[in-house]
Amino acid sequence: MSVVVVGAGPAGIRAVERLVAAGLRPVWIEEAPDAGGRVFQKPPPGFARSASVLYGADHARASALHAAHAALREHTDWRPGTMVWNIRPGPALLDVQGPDGGHESLGYERLILCTGAMDRVVPIPGWTQPGVTALGAAQIALKTQGLALGSRVALCGTGPLLLLLAWQLTKAGAPPALVLESADWPGMLRPGLAWNIPAALRGLGWMAGLRRAGVVVRRGAVPLSVAPGCEALVWRDRRGREQRTAVDAVALGWGLKPETQLADLAGARFAFDALQRLWLPARDPAGRCSVPGVYLAGDGASIGGSVVAELAGARAALALLEDAGLRPDPLESITLDRALAREARFRRALESAFPYPHALAAGMDDATLLCRCEAITAGEMRRSAAPELNRGKALTRVGMGRCQGRLCGPPAAEVLAAAMGCDIAEIGRLRGQMPVKPVVLR
Amino acid sequence: MTPLRLLDQNRPMLDFSLDGEAVQARAGDTLLTAILASGAGHVRQSEFGDGPRAGFCWMGACQDCFVLVEGMGARRACGTLVTAGMAVRRR
Repeated sequence: MSVVVVGAGPAGIRAVERLVAAGLRPVWIEEAPDAGGRVFQKPPPGFARSASVLYGADHARASALHAAHAALREHTDWRPGTMVWNIRPGPALLDVQGPDGGHESLGYERLILCTGAMDRVVPIPGWTQPGVTALGAAQIALKTQGLALGSRVALCGTGPLLLLLAWQLTKAGAPPALVLESADWPGMLRPGLAWNIPAALRGLGWMAGLRRAGVVVRRGAVPLSVAPGCEALVWRDRRGREQRTAVDAVALGWGLKPETQLADLAGARFAFDALQRLWLPARDPAGRCSVPGVYLAGDGASIGGSVVAELAGARAALALLEDAGLRPDPLESITLDRALAREARFRRALESAFPYPHALAAGMDDATLLCRCEAITAGEMRRSAAPELNRGKALTRVGMGRCQGRLCGPPAAEVLAAAMGCDIAEIGRLRGQMPVKPVVLR
Repeated sequence: MTPLRLLDQNRPMLDFSLDGEAVQARAGDTLLTAILASGAGHVRQSEFGDGPRAGFCWMGACQDCFVLVEGMGARRACGTLVTAGMAVRRR
């Protein structure tokens, strides 16, 4: 049986672990040069910080995952630096480009997609300028390159990553100049957060640490624009007053969004998730999507974080083994299902406590560049008066650029739905198109 | 924007060229780090006349940091490690 696992983050590693334990030798594809995913990405060779410095409280899990990968790779057809840019469900083929630029098509009988996630943004005037990055970018720069993106960085967004990054920068000696959290009390207080007391306490610890360090954290606050040259951030405080803060870098990110393009190309049916305000591939609790033989796990299917990704990766592999008649231990599946259900309750509370600020996206000025790939404004999307997002894309080219709508997709849906006066679910989602990322030709 | 080299910067220096000018970097820098930390400010110009760009996501998703590397073609600066003698051009 030919099994392919795409992704070597927490979900992919735990999936491959179960497959190898069952005697399979999967093809294991990872776009990055090494395993760990974005959350536990290793710096390139030559960097010296220890795992406990790099991954903080999660360092034991990070090291365990790295060790698991190191032990597993020789039992798989390990292909780092390899990008899957298309899936053809009919012949069951993956089109991939290897690290040397060579192309290949790989067949699969069963497929586990652990494609990870990226930042979810709201475009604001000035956001395409140098100095403005995604929130995740500022964390990757610190973790894998030892950089602070400026000496006066403003962090804008919501949820755990915002506070964690602010705390990591502070500990590294580069405290942010300003932290804007769009959520506010009392909405951030959700009883469901008690489903994961250690995580909730960790968040409170970051808040206390930032307060001690004198970092300015404003809740109920959102950025309005980045001044020319990225010299200042104009923002709105919780009382609706406009403020201006001198900065030299700005990072934006209101939670994460799954990388669902490959699931889409594989033929998965999507369903609207009202809490995340996103269309996501539908799957059963074990990770089976609507296409037999295709399984989804981790943040690439639905945002859950790295703990959920480990559980879901393992569970998806067990589902694959069950479906293939390889009879894995049913007790392990039951244990994983219970753990996933518990984590899901916590996750729902987190999503409610730190929602995507959709009104900010829906209300962006006509002149704001909505699509940074093709430099298309929100006004052009509104004027398209398209009844559905892919129609809006065809009329305006929003989402047709190099990033294939990864960044502009969610805010474009908010802008168009508000302009058309319809529900966000009705406006639809940008369909995945191959190549899901630019392919280098030579 | 010029990122600050904050931690883990005790790595060997190397030279590469940016638009024909010699630039210093450190082994283990990505091209995005090497270009921006040198003070060069941006990695490409928008094809649509709205100004310079310096990448956005740093994780290979936004496709906004493409540069031309001699012998390698178009490369995402965030996912390409700089090597000694690399010749990089901005568009």
